[in-house]
Amino acid sequence: MPSLKDLRNRISSVKATQKITKAMQMVAAAKLRRAQMAAEAARPYAERMESVLANLASGVSTGGPQLLAGNGRDDVHLLVVATAERGLCGAFNSSIVRLTREHVNRLQGQGKTVKILCVGKKGYDQLRRQYEKEIVELIELRGLKTIGFENADEIGKKIIAMFEAGEFDVATLFFSRFKSVIAQLPTAQQLIPAQIAANENAPAVEGPQTSYEYEPGQDEILSELLPRNISIQVFRALLENAASEQGARMSAMDNATRNAGDMIKKQTTLYNRSRQAIITKELIEIISGAEAL
Amino acid sequence: MAAFHFELVSPEKLLFSGDVESVVAPGAEGQFTVLKDHAPVMTTLKAGVVTIDGGDGKVEKLFVRGGFADVNAAGFTILAELALALADIDAAKVDADIKNAREDLADAKSDETRGAAAEKLAQLEEMRASIGA
Repeated sequence: MPSLKDLRNRISSVKATQKITKAMQMVAAAKLRRAQMAAEAARPYAERMESVLANLASGVSTGGPQLLAGNGRDDVHLLVVATAERGLCGAFNSSIVRLTREHVNRLQGQGKTVKILCVGKKGYDQLRRQYEKEIVELIELRGLKTIGFENADEIGKKIIAMFEAGEFDVATLFFSRFKSVIAQLPTAQQLIPAQIAANENAPAVEGPQTSYEYEPGQDEILSELLPRNISIQVFRALLENAASEQGARMSAMDNATRNAGDMIKKQTTLYNRSRQAIITKELIEIISGAEAL
Repeated sequence: MAAFHFELVSPEKLLFSGDVESVVAPGAEGQFTVLKDHAPVMTTLKAGVVTIDGGDGKVEKLFVRGGFADVNAAGFTILAELALALADIDAAKVDADIKNAREDLADAKSDETRGAAAEKLAQLEEMRASIGA
């Protein structure tokens, strides 16, 4: 049976925790709005890029640059795992890591070599325990207020440099797609060879598509466009991730706040009951003492 | 003069979208102007100024660095790596960047880094020239 003082301390500490989780929830809500706006602002570029690329790729006969067609092998896989820099955001990081782990196990089961490139510290922390040897690098984006295209471009260039050095054959990007505040969808997306969706919904260009004139030439444009496309995909993933992280944190903190509220209520009831019990006990002692005289 | 649809997008946001009369863009192989019913062209861009003429006397100028231009029947789209309205460029900052770039170029040891530094310097100088003194 805890003493009254213990109970009082417990209640005040839960109250302090509740204040913190409440504040974190509100901060996450504000950040979420900004992250969502950034993700939406980046959408037009990615969409245009996709349609331009689809136009170009349809004109390229078999072969083409390696970034588009792959290098013909399928032995070494690079998994780019984008997670958050901070915890306390529910299952956000774990669900990305879980998806990654499934892929790693499947690929290793098929006898392929797996390399992991971590973007974000939390995913690295979780993956390190199991796949210490596979992790080739950790890129931290800590301390960045907003994710700029340059950050994504750097990662994209690194991936391409690794590809050109023949360090891997297939690259897949793992991140969390933002669906809503309560739903984030861990997603795996293939980067190299580029997967170009034959998008039927793309704004149909009238007239024959092959009548494009290319300056300097189709291959030159394609070889400049493909690396940029990878950076764009990474950028998009990072933005989606940022929005998802804030969404996940918001709902996790909302839960925590509610939980703390329940706990305070329970503890307060217990505190009042034991206070009553002590008073009753003292009264009984006094009365029975008086009667004994 | 007839208008056509023009869009300028950077990875971060959509900078311009609307109907315009003419657009001058810095193509990799020289400046070119696009009017309505231009033949479909796809080209890379170098650093320079995009001039947008809205037709009603409104002319907008934006600095772009690297990107693609896609002219088709639906309109004209520029995908720029970096795009800034000329009014937003800080001359003092550009000057400082140019100084840094010159130093980088002087310090460059391998051909590769020297090439990259020279390219950066050229882009910055283009940017500086575009905003005048």
